This record gives sequence, C-alpha cells and structure tokens, in this order.
Amino acid sequence: MPCLTDLQQLVKGVQKGDKRSIARTISIIENNEPEAQRIISLLYPKTGKAHILGITGPPGAGKSTLIEKLVKEMRNRGKTVGVVAVDPTSPFSGGAFLGDRVRMQDLSTDPGVYIRSMATRNHPGGLARATKDAARVLDASGKNIVIVETVGAGQSEVEVVKVAHTIIVVLAPGLGDDIQAIKAGQMEIGDIFVVNKADRENANKAKSDIETMLEMAQEKKGWKPLVAKTSALTGEGIAELLERIEEHRKYLKTGAIDERRKERIENELVEALTQKITESIVNELKQKDEWSKLTQKILSRETDPYSAADKLLTKQLKPTKKR
Amino acid sequence: MSKKGKERKIRVVIAKPGLDSHDRGAKIVARALRDAGMEVIYTGLRQTPGQIVETALQEDVDVIGLSILSGAHSKLFPEIMGLLKKKGLGNVLVFAGGIIPQEDVPALKKIGIKEVFGPGTPTSTLVEFVREKAPKRK
Repeated sequence: MPCLTDLQQLVKGVQKGDKRSIARTISIIENNEPEAQRIISLLYPKTGKAHILGITGPPGAGKSTLIEKLVKEMRNRGKTVGVVAVDPTSPFSGGAFLGDRVRMQDLSTDPGVYIRSMATRNHPGGLARATKDAARVLDASGKNIVIVETVGAGQSEVEVVKVAHTIIVVLAPGLGDDIQAIKAGQMEIGDIFVVNKADRENANKAKSDIETMLEMAQEKKGWKPLVAKTSALTGEGIAELLERIEEHRKYLKTGAIDERRKERIENELVEALTQKITESIVNELKQKDEWSKLTQKILSRETDPYSAADKLLTKQLKPTKKR
Repeated sequence: MSKKGKERKIRVVIAKPGLDSHDRGAKIVARALRDAGMEVIYTGLRQTPGQIVETALQEDVDVIGLSILSGAHSKLFPEIMGLLKKKGLGNVLVFAGGIIPQEDVPALKKIGIKEVFGPGTPTSTLVEFVREKAPKRK
C-alpha cells in the first residue's frame, strides 16, 4: 500500500497533467482501494476550475462520434479536454466491453486530451460510482473542459445531472415522436438538446418536436433549453453547438451555477452520509445473533425481509448496556 | 466503502495494429474476456503503435492483446514493445493473435510478447492464460 508521500507524489503528478499519474489515481478510486478517500481529499482543493459537460442520450444516437468532433473543435480553440466515457458492465459476468474509444481514435495521441473508459460496475443511473471522482481527477489535472459520456441511457438514467454543469442530451431522427419528447426523465434534464445525424431524413421534424415540448414547460425560469442540429459525420453544426455550450457556461457564471453547486454538494453530502451510516449500522447488526436467526427464518418462510428488518431495527439497534 | 479494494477487475486493451481490416477475431477475444468478467477496451481498426500504447497508458490496463493479419507484426510489435518500456509500462502482459507464422514466434517472444495464439485457439485457453499471467497488483 502506498504511503502518504507516495500519494502526495501521485497528486503532484496529476496536477502536472502527467498521464500515468492520472491513470493510476483514477484506478485507485475506481477500485475503491483503501487510499481512495485520502486521495480524493488531497485532490479536492485543486478542483472546481473545469467546465464539466454531461453527454447523455440513447444508445446509437452518436454520442461518442459527436464527442470526437467536439473535442477536435475545442482543441482548435486551444482548450485541453478530459473525457470519461461510461459503458455498461454485464450483470451476468461482471465484465464489460468498452467501445467508446473506437469513435475517438484520432484523439488518443493528442497530448492535450485524456480519455478514460469506465464500466458502470452495476451502478445504476447511467454512470459508474467513480465517474464523478474521475471527472474531478481530470479537473485537478488542469483540463479546461471535462466531458462525461453516460452509457447509452434509457429514459430514467439521469444521474449525470449530479456530475455535470451543462447537460447535453443527444438524440437522432427517427427515435420517437412528440409523445416520447414529452416524457419525464431524460427529456427534462437537457440544457442543450442535440438532434444528431442531421444528414438523415426527418431531422427537422425531430427538432421541432423537441422545441414544441420545451415551449410547453413555461414555468421554468432562467435558462431556456435549446435545440441544436449536428451531423457528427459531416461536421455540420459542431462549431455552432460549441457556441451554445459557451453561452450556457456564461449563463452559469452569472450566479446560476452557485445555486446548482450548492444543491449538488448538499446531495453529495447526504449520499456520503447515508452510505457511511448504512454501512456502520448494517455491519454492527450483522454481528448480532439475531441476524443469522432472522436470515434462517426468512429462508424457511417463517418471516419476511420487511418484518425482519423492523425487528432488527427496534430490538437490536438500541444501545446495548451489557454485552 | 465496505468492499475496499475488492472491486479490482483485470483491464485489457484489445488492439488492431496495422492496416488490415479484419476484426472478427479481435471481437471474439474481446467478447470472451468480457464474459470472463474482465473489462475490455477495444481500440478499433488501424491503430499505430503510438495510439495503442497511449490507450494502454490512459486506461491503466494490465493486459494488451494484439490482433494482426497483415503480416506486419515483425515491424509493428517491436515498436509497440519499445514504446511500452519507454512509457513505464514494461510490466503490462502482452499477447498476440491472428496470422503469425510459427517461425516468427521465437523472435516475438524474445522482445517480450508472452504468447502468440493462432487461429482455432479455444477462447477458454485465452481466458485461462490472461487470468494466470496478468500482473498482480499489490
């Protein structure tokens, strides 16, 4: 196990943008190694500078291809970029096939770009547990922009809102009609909607379906989500999309981001607390005789998990005076 | 964080160096390793040695599998092995597959390619090989 000076060395490497240090640090966090929490606390003060973009949307909409084009344009404008691309873990084998790099081949040798593929490891919501912290590592490494690509997300996989400042929902023509556009979940989180594959038929129809849906949401004050049309294939609309992203970044700078940040940090604190509390309580309960007795009873159908949980909570959780 | 450190997975890059565009074999290997519980990063076709090594570096992998059918292995593999050493990735396990003549194999092993698998290798052999030979970390 690396000692504290090793960790500080690693953190220094990250700050210098050294790719090997970044890679090792993300692995430590991803694998939840004992020093993960320590390294996050060392890095945390160095974060908060990057603009974090979340890119989500259904499988096959062209997210990875669009990211390649976006990053190239960002590089032309002198920005450095980090990408965390998430793909699903198999619930059966625990393995994963991470294929997002296939669409981003040209970026792999660019010294101003760092790409990391990440498997969900069965974390719900379209991201991996470690995605947020991986984005932080890239932020601390001095990247101007960090892009988080979710798995090909379903309608309710919206965890990316907890990670990114600007959410881009990528869609493609022919994926659904105006009824799909009005549904809750993914269609509510976009700051910018992109109709990709604009070189295909019906792109305008898809765009107007989304615009109509957005206009219905009048009560929303502040940022009005907008719809952009791109073709990652031809490069059409990429520069314009970047302008829209820049607009949103400027909008956030007017103070809107502070609201978002505060809310997000509170949520994160609650999450961290919940996890730690649950763990410590469950670990303690597992030590009790009652635990195995109740497990047996559930197994033999004498009781059910809910009643057993009640019993454990009311009887066992009280501070025991004599042991 | 109850399962500290137990979340490690073997990470593998499956790469296609050179100019041939047949990746059925590479995909079968990727799939087999995935089904064995590993995280497999696929690079896509026509990768330069520089791209492959950069990918391995950024993805912090334990293993690299090279698939080649073009006959350029004797040119490309030494470049890859050289770059790996240069970037401090000398302990990454490298294996190869595809169409590689038997008489070339000793030279490839000499430069650090651990094994060369020809057509018809059962995927279970591969999985076993990777599980056994992947460098153990800490």
